[in-house]
Order: sequence, then C-alpha cells, then structure tokens
Amino acid sequence: FFVQTHSLQDLQQPAVSSKVFIQRDYSSGTICKFQTKFPSELESRLDKQQFEETIQTLNNLYAEAEKLGGKSYLEGCLACLTAYTIFLCMETHYEKVLKKIARYIKDQNEKIYAPRGLLLTDPIERGLRVVEITIFEDRSIGSGR
Amino acid sequence: MITRKVRKWEKLPGKNTFCCDGRVMMARQKGVFYLTLFLIIGTCSLFFAFECPYLAVHLSPAIPVFAVLLFLFVMAMLLRTSFSDPGVLPRALPEEATFIEMEIEAANGNVPAGQRPPPRIRNVQINNQIVKLKYCYTCKIFRPPRASHCSICDNCVDRFDHHCPWVGNCVGKRNYRYFYLFTLSLSLLTIYIFTFDIVHVVMRSVDNGFLNTLKETPGTYPLLFLSDFLEYLSFTVLEVLVCFFTLWSVVGLTGFHTYLISLNQTTNEDIKGSWSGKNRVQNPYSHKNIVKNCCEVLCGPTYPSVLDRRGLMQEDSPVSAASAAPSSSSSNSSSSNPVPQTTKTTAPLIPNEHTPDDAKPSIAASAEKSPSPREEHHPPAPKVPPLASPETDAETSIAKDKTH
Repeated sequence: FFVQTHSLQDLQQPAVSSKVFIQRDYSSGTICKFQTKFPSELESRLDKQQFEETIQTLNNLYAEAEKLGGKSYLEGCLACLTAYTIFLCMETHYEKVLKKIARYIKDQNEKIYAPRGLLLTDPIERGLRVVEITIFEDRSIGSGR
Repeated sequence: MITRKVRKWEKLPGKNTFCCDGRVMMARQKGVFYLTLFLIIGTCSLFFAFECPYLAVHLSPAIPVFAVLLFLFVMAMLLRTSFSDPGVLPRALPEEATFIEMEIEAANGNVPAGQRPPPRIRNVQINNQIVKLKYCYTCKIFRPPRASHCSICDNCVDRFDHHCPWVGNCVGKRNYRYFYLFTLSLSLLTIYIFTFDIVHVVMRSVDNGFLNTLKETPGTYPLLFLSDFLEYLSFTVLEVLVCFFTLWSVVGLTGFHTYLISLNQTTNEDIKGSWSGKNRVQNPYSHKNIVKNCCEVLCGPTYPSVLDRRGLMQEDSPVSAASAAPSSSSSNSSSSNPVPQTTKTTAPLIPNEHTPDDAKPSIAASAEKSPSPREEHHPPAPKVPPLASPETDAETSIAKDKTH
C-alpha cells in the first residue's frame, strides 16, 4: 500500500516568497496615483489586464478623493467657518473614499488575488507611497519559484 | 515572550512628542510655543479685563463679543496647527527599503572601486518639467515631489513648508491652511486690540478732561493727570507695545504667505529658489491662476494622516502582525483603518523597538519563518526612469538636509 505523508509545512499558512512594490506615478503632479506598469514578478500569477484594472480603479478612487471641485470647496469653507470643529462629528470626503478603497481592496483580494496566492496591501498602510503585493509560495504547483 | 498591545505612536521613529495617547503630535522643543500661548492669552486677558468693560459701556457691547470670537478662532487655529500631523511620511519598512536599494544598484550598474556612487536621484516629468526626486537616507525612500526632511523632527514631511518654533511643529501639507488662518486671524486680532486700545486711551483722556485741563493750566495739573493716566492706562500701554511688535512680524508673515499661496509655492521652495531664475524650472504645480491656487491650498481636500498613531500593534509578537481597528477618529488623528489585515503574514512587518536602521534583526527574525533570502534573487523590476548622472545640486541637497 501507498502511504502519503504530509509535511508539517503544508498544514501551515503559505510562506512569503517575495514582495513587489508598485511605485507612485508623479507625472500628473502630486496627486495620489500609482504606476500601471505590470511587474515581471507577477507574470506567472496574474493577467496583465487584471492588474491594470485594479491599479486603474485605485487611481480613479484616489482622484475622486482629491478632486478639486465645488463640493470640496464647499466642505472647506463650511469647515473653516466652524473653525474646523465640524470634523469632530463629520467624516471628511477623503475619509469616506478611503473607506471605499479599503472595501475595494478587500474585495479584490478575496476574488482575484488570494486564489492566486497574492495579497494586496492597502497603500494607506504604507504612507500612500506604494502598493505592496505580497507573493506567497505556491505550494500546489510543486516548488513554486 | 510577553506580548502586549501598544499604540503605534509609541513605536514611531522620529523626534516628535505625543500627548493624549497619540492624539496630539508636536515637535520636541515646545518652549517657544508656550511663549506664543502666553503672549496671546496674556494680552487678550488684559484686554478683556481692562478695556472691554469700558468700551462695552461707552461704545458698544459688540466690541468685546467680536474680540472673544476672534480670540477663540485664533486659539483654535493655533492648536490645530500645533497638534496635528503636518503630513509626515512614514519610513520605509525593511522590505521596501531593500527593494528600492536593489533598483538603485541595478540602475547604477558597476561602480569602479574607489569611486563614489552617483547621488540617488530619480527624474520625473510633471507638467512638462523635469523634477528631481531625492533619496532620503534616513527614511530610505525617494521623497515625493515637494516633500522635504525636517531635521528637527527627523521626519520627511509632504509639501514641507517650514518648521515653525512659534507653533512648535512643522508646517506641511496637512496643517498649512490652519497655519495660514492662524497668522491671518492673529493679524486681525492684533490690529483689533491695537485699534481699540488707542480708542480707549483717547476716550479716557477726553473723559478725564486731560486735554482741556492741559490747555488751561499747563503747570502742576499735568503731573496729577499723568499719574491718573498711568493708573488707568498702564495695561493699555503694555498691550499696545505687544501689539505693535507683533503687528510688524505677523502681518508681514501673513503677507508673505499670501504671496506664496497665490503662486502655489512653499517657503522651502522659495528659500531654495527652486522655481525662480531664468535657467530654473518653472513651478509645475501652479495652476497659473491666483484664484485657483488659493482655492487649492486653502479649500482643497483635507488629507488624512498616513501615520496610524492610535492603531494597536502587538509588541514582541511572533505570529500575527494584524493591527486592530483603532478607536474613533478625532479631528487630529484622522487616520482610520477599518479593515484589519485579514490574512496572516508571518513576518512582523511593523518595526519593533529597534529603529528601522537595525533592519537586520527584523529581517533575520522573518527569515526564520519564511524563506526571505529568496527575495534577494528575484530580478529587479526595470520600471523606473534611469537615474541621472551626478548633478551639481547634490551638495545643496545634502546641505539642505542638514539645515532642515
């Protein structure tokens, strides 16, 4: 008979193989925008389309948060008149969009990235400097990388 | 191993002091800030105690009421500027720092032994202008455009304006508008108190018949009236002196910052002459429209703090680096992370009591759990623009790092 032994490692959570950091794209100024160039490390794991869509959606959400328009001016002026005490009870527009972004990232992780052994980290946890993508060891396909 | 939950502010590098369990963030030296508080509160107290009763009765009760409102606004703006996060950029975690180092080395190629490697500069094109991003050796990041490292607080600050000792904090992206409103409202308050002090002096003198008596009996009476004058008005004189000296500095400062705002420049850029001069780059951030520039700086979006000061973290924990959701956001610590990291990463990514410079122990610790040596072998991603050749501004950038 054939005995199959599982190593203890298989029963634990996957180990981190490497991390990729998607840098900021400053070509449009100081607004929060990330580069959409597909990193080569992810080629084996992810579609280029998928990646670009994720980053583009994130960029659009950040653009929405930082948009200069009638609504943001109104919020700014109203807040100034109350000596900014209004922010003690009200959430700013930016904070609302940040929550939206957090939900989107969680959603993307669950649907797309986790099944492929990847993890997106919310850029706010890295000072809005990078989108960190953690690549886990792929145990199901033999030796992974 | 004892694991205890600590707030993240306790482990933040840099020379800031924190109060109220991370809600308040200031620079280390606060002496001049206390002086500012003393001058403002002191002068206004004298005004309310001595001039206002007289003026309320003889002129109008609206005068003290408006003074109180203005005083409260000044204090609110001052405290908001002093206590909030100016826009500090958190330092790179070890993996990110290593990643950037590898990119730099790949771009530099082989440097012959004995030669200094070229300065770490990244070129980006913003609005058809080439802007150079400098590498911060302390924070191990390439500074975003307009960011600068404050040596007093030992942090990189986004849209760094200057470090203001009067306010006891850096002035940067997040608190510049409060700083400007503080100087503006303080100018108004100073002018207001100065004006009404003069009015008070004139009215008292007229009431006491000082001027008339002086005309009729220029002999002994002036001395008696002088003592009366001093008795009623010594505090007024003190206030006038304080206001006079404050006026010149604060009104001048307000004017200077109004000029900067209309051009969408920072004090730092103005001092370094980044956008002035014929051969220099023109300011790529300006909308070339005064109204639009003012609107962006003063009424733009309120940026959140990216320093999660009140988030909880495990100290000395080997397993989970999940940060629990922090408490409700107050107006000062506005960073809220409602989604904790759901997947478990084995390495403690958050710096422990060692500074980020001691990256080796934490990398070694993570190596026990994950095969991180493999990180060194993956090919660097060639996605950044090529680094520039050594440029003449290298010395000024190092000098600037020292002076800030």
